[in-house]
Amino acid sequence: MFRLPVSKMDEFFGAIAAAQTLYLPADGKDGKASYVKWESGIALSKALNTVRSAKDFFFPQTTNLCDFNVNGKNIEIIDNRTESEDFVVFGVRACDARSFTILDKVFLAEPVDSYYATRREHGTVITMACTAPEENCFCNVFGIDAANPEGDAACWLTENYLYINPITEKGRKFIETVKGLLEECDSAEVDAQKAATKEILDRLPFANVNTDYFRKNTLLDIFNSDKWAKLSESCLACGTCTFVCPTCQCYDIKDYDTGHGVKRYRTWDSCMYSDFTKMAAANSRTTQLQRFRQRFMHKLVYFPDNNEGEFGCVGCGRCLSRCPISMNIIKVIKNFGEEE
Amino acid sequence: MRSETLIPRIGVVTDIRQDTPDVKTFRVVGTDGNKLFEHIPGQCAMLSIPGVGEGMFSITSSPTNREFMEFSIKKCGCLTSWLHMMDVGQQITVRGPYGNGFPVESDFKGKNLLFIAGGIGLAPLRSVINYVRDNRANYGSVQIIYGSRSMDDLVDYKEIIDEWMKDDGIEVNLTIDREQEGWDGHVGFVPNYVKELNPDVSKTVVMCGPPIMIKFTLAGLKELGFIETQVFTTMELRMKCAIGKCGRCNIGNKYVCKDGPVFRFDQLDLLPNEY
Repeated sequence: MFRLPVSKMDEFFGAIAAAQTLYLPADGKDGKASYVKWESGIALSKALNTVRSAKDFFFPQTTNLCDFNVNGKNIEIIDNRTESEDFVVFGVRACDARSFTILDKVFLAEPVDSYYATRREHGTVITMACTAPEENCFCNVFGIDAANPEGDAACWLTENYLYINPITEKGRKFIETVKGLLEECDSAEVDAQKAATKEILDRLPFANVNTDYFRKNTLLDIFNSDKWAKLSESCLACGTCTFVCPTCQCYDIKDYDTGHGVKRYRTWDSCMYSDFTKMAAANSRTTQLQRFRQRFMHKLVYFPDNNEGEFGCVGCGRCLSRCPISMNIIKVIKNFGEEE
Repeated sequence: MRSETLIPRIGVVTDIRQDTPDVKTFRVVGTDGNKLFEHIPGQCAMLSIPGVGEGMFSITSSPTNREFMEFSIKKCGCLTSWLHMMDVGQQITVRGPYGNGFPVESDFKGKNLLFIAGGIGLAPLRSVINYVRDNRANYGSVQIIYGSRSMDDLVDYKEIIDEWMKDDGIEVNLTIDREQEGWDGHVGFVPNYVKELNPDVSKTVVMCGPPIMIKFTLAGLKELGFIETQVFTTMELRMKCAIGKCGRCNIGNKYVCKDGPVFRFDQLDLLPNEY
């Protein structure tokens, strides 16, 4: 365990940024936190979390896959992939850190997605323990400890110190780059903070939400439940839940003719949208009930089925805060759980 | 830089055959004149015209064809309309092969095979049929029941007449939906024709066609005593990545592009009926 006096935070960020690009959550003019590229004078946000998730760092909203030059009958394919530069994402919360390992299971499975893999290799994730989780937080439902986050290195911020503990090889390398500013220390103050945060976590309204229903029942029984009709009734199909979700990874591939060639790019997409499965001849999901069900079945049943039982949700609470009709995964889980 | 399956290769269209009024078969090779890649019967490839779009198509030629690949494509949407406007010499982009393919070297081996197809549904089966013809000793009897709207809509009609029907040990039963001048063969829908022909229940069935045909044919086969574990089909859903990541062709815990497109009906029974 290492630590640094809070008064030296700016110096600390400066040292990181001297070696590689540093991103961290900062408050915008609207008072909302978002990840920004650090420059001298930018302070770490005190907000619980950013409005957008951190998935952009590895799975950006749009990615240029390749370009084409079309000349008469001939096509030239331009692979314009570049090695990503090394970067550090500082201040990632435990929920978002877990989302990366969930996305890894999709994008790093064979055949590996090279765009994602390159960013992942070059990115160092420094997490920040939560001290004030709020009522929309439910990461503990999925076995995530907000007081003791994963990542390449984890941090705890107390009144006077920033504590930092390397977890991976990348994390240890990171520590080396800022070692001059750090002092070795014991974990007494961190342990006290963890205990205090745990008390809050245990008292959160969704702390005891039970996901057993989705493990005990068969895929088809859950799929065919008549509960989906009522749950999906008010869904506006706006897709906000998908876009703020740190684990939603469905994407579209589109071509854009720039007038000087064709750019092929991928963008985030949502299974909540009516044209997501639309083909020339048919559409396999024509109702919002089907599309709503797909999103939650994927997170609570299909993804766990294919990934040793791990749910495709990290309990960050963004969909709870953002859904215009206040429908969310907690309501879905509780609604099914009530059958028990 | 590591390899990236989403970045395609260039294919050249070297021959175009008008199979039916709305189906064309395209012959494709690489820019060096050689076949782009090897495949298993039933596997697919993503074809694209840059600026128009990319789509998944079954490779209809057999892997035993060492010179080129063929794709039989029905004109029914934006990309397929563009593909139909191509001339010989046009370059397209190709990536693949994708999907599991038919179990030609395992479950099918030594079996008597019954192929049932409707309309463009023959396209994905043509690869298996020609593979079986080229490896005849490894398989038992072969029966092909194929139906289409009209005589003109029978895909690969010339190959059926000139090659398949002349092969020893291959029984071909053709049918069209309505009477037509110049047609002295069977008239009627595929599901009923299958029941009339009453094929031996020992056969392993490979079926592809429109959903309505599949539904009634499967019911008919069950009446005849076939069980779902001996009936295979190949599926089609919207796809973008073709590698089980983009989420489009997801049915239950399966991705049609990666875990399919070939499924046995008992496997489909475990999945939501969303296709």
